[in-house]
Amino acid sequence: MMPQALRRVLPQILTLAAVVMLVTLVFPTFLSISVSDGRLVGPVIDILKRGAPIGLLAIGMTLVIASRGIDLSVGTVMAICGAVAATAIVNGWGLGPALLLALAAGLAAGLWNGFLVAVIGIQPIVATLILMTAGRGIAQLITEGRILTFSHPGLAFLGSGSLFGIPVPALLWLAAAIAVTLLMRRTALGLLIEAIGVNRRASALAGVNARVLLIAVYMASGLCAAVAGLIATADIRGADANNAGLWLELDAILAVVIGGNSLMGGRFSIAASVLGALIIQTIDTGILLAGFPSEYNLVLKAALVIIILILQSPRLAADWQLWRRSRSGLSGSHAAATPKPKESLR
Amino acid sequence: MLLSVQSLTKTFPGTRALDGVDFELAAGEVHALLGENGAGKSTLIKCLTGAYRRDAGEIRLEGARISPRSTSEAQELGIGTVYQEVNLLPNLTVAQNLAFGREPRRFGLVDGRAMRAMARETLMGYGLDIDVGRDLGCYSVAIQQIIAIARAVALSGKVLILDEPTASLDAREVEMLFDVVRGLRDRGLGIVFVSHFLDQVFALSDRVTVLRNGQKVVTEATRDLDRVRLIEHMLGRVLEDEVVAQAAGHGAGAPIRPELLRAEGLGRRGMIEPFDLRVGVGEVIGLAGLLGSGRTESAELLFGVRAAQTGTARDADGEIDLSSPRTAIAAGFGFAPEDRKTDGIVGDLSVRENIALALQARRGWTRPMSRAEQVRLAKDYIARLDIRTSDAEKPVGQLSGGNQQKVILARWLAMNPRFLILDEPTRGIDVGAHAEILHLIRELTSGGMSILIVSSELDELIAVSDRVIVVRDRRHVAELTGAEISTETIVRAIAEEDAA
Repeated sequence: MMPQALRRVLPQILTLAAVVMLVTLVFPTFLSISVSDGRLVGPVIDILKRGAPIGLLAIGMTLVIASRGIDLSVGTVMAICGAVAATAIVNGWGLGPALLLALAAGLAAGLWNGFLVAVIGIQPIVATLILMTAGRGIAQLITEGRILTFSHPGLAFLGSGSLFGIPVPALLWLAAAIAVTLLMRRTALGLLIEAIGVNRRASALAGVNARVLLIAVYMASGLCAAVAGLIATADIRGADANNAGLWLELDAILAVVIGGNSLMGGRFSIAASVLGALIIQTIDTGILLAGFPSEYNLVLKAALVIIILILQSPRLAADWQLWRRSRSGLSGSHAAATPKPKESLR
Repeated sequence: MLLSVQSLTKTFPGTRALDGVDFELAAGEVHALLGENGAGKSTLIKCLTGAYRRDAGEIRLEGARISPRSTSEAQELGIGTVYQEVNLLPNLTVAQNLAFGREPRRFGLVDGRAMRAMARETLMGYGLDIDVGRDLGCYSVAIQQIIAIARAVALSGKVLILDEPTASLDAREVEMLFDVVRGLRDRGLGIVFVSHFLDQVFALSDRVTVLRNGQKVVTEATRDLDRVRLIEHMLGRVLEDEVVAQAAGHGAGAPIRPELLRAEGLGRRGMIEPFDLRVGVGEVIGLAGLLGSGRTESAELLFGVRAAQTGTARDADGEIDLSSPRTAIAAGFGFAPEDRKTDGIVGDLSVRENIALALQARRGWTRPMSRAEQVRLAKDYIARLDIRTSDAEKPVGQLSGGNQQKVILARWLAMNPRFLILDEPTRGIDVGAHAEILHLIRELTSGGMSILIVSSELDELIAVSDRVIVVRDRRHVAELTGAEISTETIVRAIAEEDAA
């Protein structure tokens, strides 16, 4: 009997393994890792690094989706936070204030979203759409319409540096995933978020502070987007208000879905979402490595994603069970029945 | 035999919902199907209508083996079903609903006139003379129910399954529906009738089959059965004394109770006029009144579901903040709402998590209950309230109604509240669970808990309440104590005009 946590993410692990195998078939050196300059180098390391923004967004998005919401603004929030950090650096305020301001901007964006959803009562998809579209404008106002470049080794380190040979972005999203998972499962937050996601009204009547929790969830998503925005900006040493994080919210949602989390809220697994993000990044990188003409990229990606989602669908699993049972006869299913409930009433 | 079912078996993970059930339906009979929640009635029906595929056994219709794969296939074979919630389209006209999927056509287009004529003619057969051009939603549930029956009969015409058809009808409408059903029986249809209302079973059915724990207990002619025997069959035990001694000790000098709390002038515009309420320690207060009279609204103000615009509540220590459920809970209140599904249970979460939810919410997120603690709590209440579930990890949404109600009670009992508000705690619950819950209420109050119970079942209110408050037209109009409490006095207070 597998531990339950492992069984939950098994489909994602198998999918990732299959995608890795597929890429290795067309690009044999995919799994090779070498050391150069004291850093690990190789396609897999590259995926861990490039997957950082999607991975981070997927962590926040998982929490929002678990609360039966959705956050379309995260790509834009990345751009805003990148712009804030770059502006602070260019103005010579130093690394510490730049990071703090960027994170604060992410939290503020989340607070705004959470306020619209939890207090005003706007549907999450509409509420976050507002910031998704308006936010690009805010980011452009901050950078005054230019691509704001900088050369600051401290900030650049977040995007392209490495620690113990591992790229900093990879370390950041791994740390975030572990920290958030622990926060959710070692406290009661996970249970309470799942409860409001399944039935907000009933949870509120049981004394769960649904309003505050909802706001917190959107703020967490904003914070994740801020870190992702910092990494993206640091990586190219410049804040690009138009393109930073563009469409990444959709990849993040896709990662959560590939992670087997229901868009209807409730039960969630951060680990599964992060694996979903890795699957997407592996497909992206794999298609490039395999040397397909770039115009095929999106179509190939779409085809792979559809196959993955079909394979993971509960309906297919049920049909498979039925088929197996019909082959092994009915006896197996009867053995699983528990003894009947007790008769005595009191 | 029109329909015969032999050793039907259906297993779900963790439960055998049907275990070798036999069932026979003759043409021209109304056959009632009875059992507690979770006994297997719905599963049997779903196997008959093709919603579920059976694991073993066989179903014969007019001697031929059938295994419907979908409800539409069952319909074509001749088995039609009408559910408690009418599943027609309220925004289409009556005629469109009746003809849906088999509209008369003329030059390839729907022939509206022929369709309406057909619908009128069909409904005349049921003694229903209504404008078939109006939207279905304009008509009462009873009429919609009859239209649903008419459609099912027109489509199928051999077997008609009525699943709790009367749950939302009043007495006159029930009689109207029964006339229709009797008419169909006399035309030679076989009718399966599922209901919780035993009176209706006796009034309508020719034979009764009782299921318990997925097995058939008995099939008998209705006239050979009496009420007590029937209930005993359903419960599988001998009744102590039907639904426990009525008038539980009130009458002879009700004890004088110390006051727990007192609400003064609590009210909210459009919900309920300001009312006063004294609650004694260990007292059971019943709230009686018609649906929409302000019963539920009174309960909601007391728990802060909606904040009161006027008035205050206080106990010996001072004022109590009832501005939200959280503050009410902090003051030691609990509330089991009327609509279990939307306001009570958190369906996808487990029985364990549902029981622990309120306690965990009060402790705050930083002080999680350990898994072991939650399991202990859940086990404890599953045993104490006899919650029937294969285990504590089962999603609560998969439990039957009565057991869901017990889970919500467990959630509040775990908080050890001093004042528990129960809104229709026994609605849609079978006889067994019903008696248990009333028992429990008495047990809790003897331990000093005070309870406010809202119910439309007067027998129930009379059986448990020390005091009954009657609500009418959004006002608390009468208060009955001790020996004054009787069906007659309550009904009179509800019916009284404002003359007084």
